[in-house]
Amino acid sequence: MTDQAIVEKLKGKFSSEVLDVVEFRGETTVTVKKGQIVDICTFMRDEFGFNLLCDLCGVDYMGTSPRFMVVYNLYNITTKQRMRIKAPVEEQDAKIDTVSTVWGTANWHERECWDLLGIKFNNHPDLRRILMPADWEGHPLRKDYPLQGPDREPYKGRLS
Amino acid sequence: MGVEQPAELKTLGSGFVTTSLDKLVNWSRASSMWPLTFGLACCAIEMMATGAARFDLDRMGILFRASPRQADVLIIAGTVTKKMVPVIETVYEQMPEPRYVIAMGACASSGGIFDTYSTVQGVDEFLPVDVYIPGCPPRPEGLLYGLMKLQDKIRAERNTFGAAIGVGDVVQNRA
Repeated sequence: MTDQAIVEKLKGKFSSEVLDVVEFRGETTVTVKKGQIVDICTFMRDEFGFNLLCDLCGVDYMGTSPRFMVVYNLYNITTKQRMRIKAPVEEQDAKIDTVSTVWGTANWHERECWDLLGIKFNNHPDLRRILMPADWEGHPLRKDYPLQGPDREPYKGRLS
Repeated sequence: MGVEQPAELKTLGSGFVTTSLDKLVNWSRASSMWPLTFGLACCAIEMMATGAARFDLDRMGILFRASPRQADVLIIAGTVTKKMVPVIETVYEQMPEPRYVIAMGACASSGGIFDTYSTVQGVDEFLPVDVYIPGCPPRPEGLLYGLMKLQDKIRAERNTFGAAIGVGDVVQNRA
């Protein structure tokens, strides 16, 4: 099934959820609202065979609204087809439903996203930090996090 | 036999050698510095090369030990993240005294290029370091030179025998 056909079927079932479809160099990216992300992901897995979640990550577009974007890179192992789904998340309500019920691998990816960007995943079975120490404060991959840590003078450029 | 005696050894005819107990202790410690098998980053690759056939640390009595209980030297070979600090502290505390620490490479000495929130800016923030070895990473010759500097430092210690039997503390001298 072509990417276009998948997108058409997705639009047919979730017409009010799909915000944008972009195709660039043969890669299709579908931006959807975050509300029904679990249903959309389940649909993608069951109807089109996207049985592998290659990666789940967050992106900080600081200065724009909504600030964050959660990106799902899907892969169909049988047909070797790829698809990308994005869901915007606001800064004030940085929460989205977990898809760890759809793909088990999302569990740790969502923990990483929470650890580094501070996006919470509703109904996640074990939302702890995964990379930073357990008692760490803040989310270091946010664009407004000081690079050298909150307890140090910020870098002011090379001397001279 | 034509073998020259070390300067500190004096012979009393055949079959006798006199020396100070400190010298004996220092000699044994400097001749069998056993580092812990503990690598953190790319410096550990150079450390392994130093231990392997071409550079051959064994010829200096330096054998890597897999247990901190049997180790004398902790070579911090690589970038130390803040998350790694409690692990290194535990390993250091598990080593029996006397114990020595070598900060190998730019990262262990100063944080190196990783001037970031997650990286410790020099392992001397939480461990007493005996020898710093510059380089990114240091070549095996660099590590060998650092180890020989540590040997010099151990040989220059005084009252090591006394400290070992509980009389006073070890006096550090400049090597």
